[in-house]
Amino acid sequence: MNQPSKILSLTALGQQLRSGAITCRELIESQLAKVQRSNSSINALVSIDPESALAKADAIDRKLQDRQSLGALAGIPIAVKDNLCTRLGVTSCGSRMLKDFRSPYDAHVIEKLHEHDAIVFGKTNLDEFAMGGSTETSIFGPAHNPWDLERTCGGSSGGSAAAVAAGLVPASLGTDTGGSIRQPAAFCGLCGLKPTYGRVSRWGLVSYASSLDVAGVFAHSIQDIALVLQSIAGHDPRDSTCLPHEVPDYTSFVRNFEQIRSTRIGVIRQQIDSPGLDPSIRRSILEAIETYKNLGAQIVDIDMPHSKYCIATYYIIAPCEASSNLARYDGVHYGFRSKRPEASVLDRMIEQTRSEGFGPEVRRRILLGTYALSAGYYDAYYVQALRVRRLIRQDYDEAFAKVDVLLGPTTPNTAFKIGEKINDPIQLYLQDLFTVGANLAGVPAISIPIGHSPEGLPIGMQLQAPPLGEAKLLAIAEAYHQHVDYQPMVPPSFQAPVS
Amino acid sequence: MNRNAAEYRIVIGLEVHVQLKTETKLFCRCSTRFGQPPNSQVCPVCLGLPGALPVLNAHAIELACRAGAALSCTLADFTKWDRKNYFYPDLPKGYQTSQYDLPICAGGYVDIPITPSANPPGSHNVTKRIRLVRAHLEEDAGKSMHDEHSSRADSKIDLNRAGTPLLEIVSEPDLSSAEEAKTYLSELRLLMVYLGISDGNMQEGSLRADANVNLHIAQGDQWIATPIVEVKNLNSFRSVERAIEFETARQQSEFLRTGLAKGQAPKQTRGWNDVLGQTELQREKEEEADYRYFPCPDLVPVRLTELQKRNAHEQATQTPTQYRKELIDKHELKTTDAEILIQQGKPVVEYFLDSIRAGAPAKRMAAWMLQDVLRTLNDRSIGIELYPVSPKSMAQLLGAIEQGRVDTSQAKQAMAKLLEDPNLSVDAAIESLGIVRVDASQIENLCKELLAENADVIEKVKAGNHKAVAALVGQAKKKNRNADPRMVQEICLSLIAQMP
Repeated sequence: MNQPSKILSLTALGQQLRSGAITCRELIESQLAKVQRSNSSINALVSIDPESALAKADAIDRKLQDRQSLGALAGIPIAVKDNLCTRLGVTSCGSRMLKDFRSPYDAHVIEKLHEHDAIVFGKTNLDEFAMGGSTETSIFGPAHNPWDLERTCGGSSGGSAAAVAAGLVPASLGTDTGGSIRQPAAFCGLCGLKPTYGRVSRWGLVSYASSLDVAGVFAHSIQDIALVLQSIAGHDPRDSTCLPHEVPDYTSFVRNFEQIRSTRIGVIRQQIDSPGLDPSIRRSILEAIETYKNLGAQIVDIDMPHSKYCIATYYIIAPCEASSNLARYDGVHYGFRSKRPEASVLDRMIEQTRSEGFGPEVRRRILLGTYALSAGYYDAYYVQALRVRRLIRQDYDEAFAKVDVLLGPTTPNTAFKIGEKINDPIQLYLQDLFTVGANLAGVPAISIPIGHSPEGLPIGMQLQAPPLGEAKLLAIAEAYHQHVDYQPMVPPSFQAPVS
Repeated sequence: MNRNAAEYRIVIGLEVHVQLKTETKLFCRCSTRFGQPPNSQVCPVCLGLPGALPVLNAHAIELACRAGAALSCTLADFTKWDRKNYFYPDLPKGYQTSQYDLPICAGGYVDIPITPSANPPGSHNVTKRIRLVRAHLEEDAGKSMHDEHSSRADSKIDLNRAGTPLLEIVSEPDLSSAEEAKTYLSELRLLMVYLGISDGNMQEGSLRADANVNLHIAQGDQWIATPIVEVKNLNSFRSVERAIEFETARQQSEFLRTGLAKGQAPKQTRGWNDVLGQTELQREKEEEADYRYFPCPDLVPVRLTELQKRNAHEQATQTPTQYRKELIDKHELKTTDAEILIQQGKPVVEYFLDSIRAGAPAKRMAAWMLQDVLRTLNDRSIGIELYPVSPKSMAQLLGAIEQGRVDTSQAKQAMAKLLEDPNLSVDAAIESLGIVRVDASQIENLCKELLAENADVIEKVKAGNHKAVAALVGQAKKKNRNADPRMVQEICLSLIAQMP
């Protein structure tokens, strides 16, 4: 039923722009028309400024005409998650707290997009302050999965995934703290990369859990991921945790994917054997393993004894950091302030502002973190979680001493229905089962589409690599897609009408 | 005050916040300059805007290490940043970035001179060692300004100061009087200023203290400790002294009234009201506030290298103590005179030493510093760097006295010329006075001559009007234009006194 609709790669799109086959204005106008047509059904973009996008497009067209040199992403519309600060428009974080907040500065990744002549094309829906796995906690209401509008597109970067999946943009930026790029990528049939912690600057990424947050990319193909990563990765002195290492030429690594044929791939037994794993996902993963075998890869069983503690560890560390990171939203300096009469007294104003300004999931995590950091509990929760985090990292170190990448499912299930899990936080937290490990260990990980479930829902496979191993990670992922001749698809109901 | 005459000891520990002399703030590039228009020295980082991240100012680490070296602290090999979480309007991030369990400096001490009355005459200063617990780096908060006079109570916040680097130096409770506390603070300030760690400007809040005070009251053969009170907001030497004196009296009468000892009453935080001269209850809690400290995930820990530590020690040698030694031991200044110079600050001391290096005799130079130079600085409200006479000129001028070329009063006249015209050489200044040395016997003859001619002056002086001799000065000048007026007056008076 899913007739492929030809999706142009960023490189091909770039060539069309450069050759004059299409002007940047035409491209942007056509994308704006798609937004007009489709966004209301998926609620992927929460703000967009068509005029500035068109003005930028005209500027690009002039440069193209004048044969001026242009950046690698020249004229490409890219949507960005609304927890990435942009000078233009609002940066809401999907929260009532920042619903009207305008940042006076651009995030590092936004500067990078501009530097490479991309067109920042709207801000995307997300779980409030990136806390959630279904984009349902957003003040703007849930984003919908283009493959099935009754289902979630995942989260927290759900809007960024839905926007690409529905063809509103060819690529987008998201952020990933516990799986917030990879899970939506899996649910929406996209490639989604969470880079190594520190590979991409967090300057201007509104902090949720500082030691886990990283910005990353959604696109249809691994080449496209490589091209965007190339543009946003690299050292930034404004982020003390940003890595100084040289940025390799990811795109050429991806082109030379065949060199990885004799690679060693680790399969985490705990994941494949996980009782909660959807059988159709298990089947697809086992098939993918066979594919790699056929490519000449050596498959190694890997034991990650501490992986069962990942969720518990994550749900201590992330809320602890969040409880402090979100303390700045007190109604004093900027953002929402309660107008209730009792808010005339300072302490009550702060209490009331935070009670009204934050949604239930954000409040839950702030309370969890505040509790875990309190005197008398700190050692039992936070310090213990840090210890376990070290053990989890050790598991990864030991695994990567044996294999080049780790392979497994991205999610235990395919996209679930909107409303299905929102009242059951534990069920929702278990969505992160396979993804949080990479955040706790700081390693790069990608989810790539490997098929569909019997209901026609996309299935994602996760590959993880050692820190700064993005080049190899992308090449190994590309080898799979090349071998199965993967063709990106837009869901049928979002394919352009035949004129 | 002490009706029951109960014997007591005062126990004081000070937490001193020293503002470090960095150009920019601790975690951003905003200027730390004082007195700028409100909220003009701010950026996304110190405003705590969403997405902004801190980057450590390396100069603050350097200055903290230098302070640690000067205070004989152990400099940490590994130190990190922790968040102290609490809500306050002038704390834009909702937490203060500070250091909790691994401060940059641990231990150490300050030797303070103790009261001169306890000092045997002619001896060196007797000192008392005040031990330190630690010194750690942290960022300052902003400033709240409450306008409670206008019709609607209006609060404003200035975040220029938010993020300014502070070194918090925590002492052991080794101080046992208000005066000692004041001396400790003054000694700490002097050290910080001498080593260029802080500008030590009290008016601008570069040095702020909180005092933990309680009493140990004698009851029978044991000492009963009263509940510890933390007194905040001590921004001058005077307020430290007054607040502790106030607390001593208050805690004593409180104890006499309630009999509650430490542990039986909650720990209090009180604020010093400088206008009313009293401490006022701010917070009373059974337990410590829970700041939920945890390591700041936006910053990386700091490892101090051996080189950094060595540099810190090298930069920490020119302390007031070292200068005191040099002035007293090498140049044989009186302790009190040396102390006056030391208190003027390093540039004044260096000026003094430069003059001596240029050949000025130490004792005379000290006398001139204390009498003339400091007075001029004071009259003109200038620092020594703007003093018009160079150390070399001072040395030449004082040399002229030693050589007998001019007497003291002439040297002072020459000095006045030099102060008016800094381009004048010392020789030119002396010559411009037309000074040719006139010896005392010559003047004495002159005076005898004058008195013989002015019997009325003798009568007036004998009647008690000593000023009458002034009338003779003009006549003396006519007879010998080099006659020193003061000498003429002095000799005339002594001649009259000798008359029958």
